Amino acid sequence: MRAEGRSGLLMGAPYALFLLAFAAYPVFFALALVFMRWDLVTEPSFAGADNIRLLAVDARFWRAVANTFVFLAIHLPLQIATALTLALALNRPLVFRAFWRAAFFLPVVISGAVVAILWNALYATDVGLINTVLAKVGVSPIPWLTDPSLAMPAIAVMVTWKNVGFYVVIYLAGLQYIPRSCQEAIELDGATAWQRFRHLTLPLLLPQTILVVTLSTINGFQLFIEPYVMTGGGPLRRTFSVVLYMYTNAFSYQKMGYAATIGVALALIIGAVVAIQRRIIGTAEAT
Amino acid sequence: MRPLSRVGLYLALTVAAVTFIYPFLWMASSTLKPPLEFGSLALIPDRITLDNYRIMWSRAPFGRALLNSVFVAGTITASVLVLGSITAYAMARLTFPGRRALNAATVAVLLVPGQLTLIPLYTLIVQLGWVDTYAALIVPYLFNATAILMLRQFFLQIPQSLIDSARMDGMSELRILFTIFWPLARPPLAIVAIFTFMGSWNEVLWPLLVVRDEQTMTLPQLLTVFALGGGAGTLGVSLAAAMVLVVPVVIAYMFLQRYFIESMAGAGVKG
Repeated sequence: MRAEGRSGLLMGAPYALFLLAFAAYPVFFALALVFMRWDLVTEPSFAGADNIRLLAVDARFWRAVANTFVFLAIHLPLQIATALTLALALNRPLVFRAFWRAAFFLPVVISGAVVAILWNALYATDVGLINTVLAKVGVSPIPWLTDPSLAMPAIAVMVTWKNVGFYVVIYLAGLQYIPRSCQEAIELDGATAWQRFRHLTLPLLLPQTILVVTLSTINGFQLFIEPYVMTGGGPLRRTFSVVLYMYTNAFSYQKMGYAATIGVALALIIGAVVAIQRRIIGTAEAT
Repeated sequence: MRPLSRVGLYLALTVAAVTFIYPFLWMASSTLKPPLEFGSLALIPDRITLDNYRIMWSRAPFGRALLNSVFVAGTITASVLVLGSITAYAMARLTFPGRRALNAATVAVLLVPGQLTLIPLYTLIVQLGWVDTYAALIVPYLFNATAILMLRQFFLQIPQSLIDSARMDGMSELRILFTIFWPLARPPLAIVAIFTFMGSWNEVLWPLLVVRDEQTMTLPQLLTVFALGGGAGTLGVSLAAAMVLVVPVVIAYMFLQRYFIESMAGAGVKG
């Protein structure tokens, strides 16, 4: 037994050291940075609550938070609706089921940077694929990414397209647990397809829906590469995201204390939003 | 199902599949078109040109970036598999002081959002003097909590009798892990390998923070910098650069799509 303990310590030690350096230390140092002013060149100095005070009234930060809510308001319903529809279609007896699933999943394996550059080309006002298709049916070019009210919805649609395959797989897994006998019994009772969906399938898929909502919300708050590549946060800051602002503060302004404060605030906001969402979905289910 | 609704179903699936696949085909074909033809919907260009690729290749070190990406993602994947297995083996099968704390810490790590630790990790890299080095890209990813928990879960199911008899034969713990556990653990190892490699291959935010020198950039970063910095000039050249990143992934995906889906969806849910 003593030999086993020694082996265990030796084999667990590298990971323990790694956790201390790259997980525990950054969490504590993030909290310390909130109270510091540091440009990475001169010595860090104590800033008291300056960063927190600044954040509370920083219009650019709150603009980015508001933008994220605009994004989520479009992205969440769209993501759930498309993922659920595709999953229900795939759950029927199908020829080439693996092919269909693989087609929907393809954008998930592609780098976000590539998807952003590709959709830049799809959304391009003059030569973009989408406007070219629309021109065929007589629609004049739409400035997808340069119109302040269209840019964020356009990005929300793109992110939905990129991630939907992932959520289809989650819903498919859930659908497999709905017993056929349940379906047949309710069918015998004369329920229509819609009634079956509304009162049987949808409630039974609640755990999957909660997962989809949680993961897409977290993902939405991490929005970075899309605005970075496609709009630079514009037009009129309407696609400016929280992570983009954090990155700008750290990388361009060298304000480590303030950037870390944004990070801590973002983590708290994500936690609060996810908790509230779960509450709402939970009560909606109970009624 | 009635024949009519069956036709409708396949029609809808085809439209959906085209929505997901056509943009990539259009992208591939656009890179072969001369600038004047760029906007056209046709997948086969009237005149095929490799100019976009020539321009892209000569303006930024994409060959070097490809090698960097392979090296960084390969090293991280190897480490997550080897070091991760060693850790998971100890956590699953050996009794030692601190084991429970290690388990709890691993679960806790999964709950900490990445945005919280991004800036302090960046300042740590700067203080270590690792800016513009491979170490900055690799070391923070040497272990992966999701991978360790997955492997640990699998290792817990292997019968103790196998370990006991191997120990009787005088095998060391490491030899038991790599000669007895690893051959049994091929499915979870493949899942870990795919999501680790893909995560690193596609990562762009972290490299954008810690690397400024073109020679150390991985593909997604160089691509982003190239497309944004105006080095590309036209969309065709940008898309040609993106192809370098996409083509290897799509080829691997065509052959291993089942494993990709299982791996990336599974890791996303657990991680």
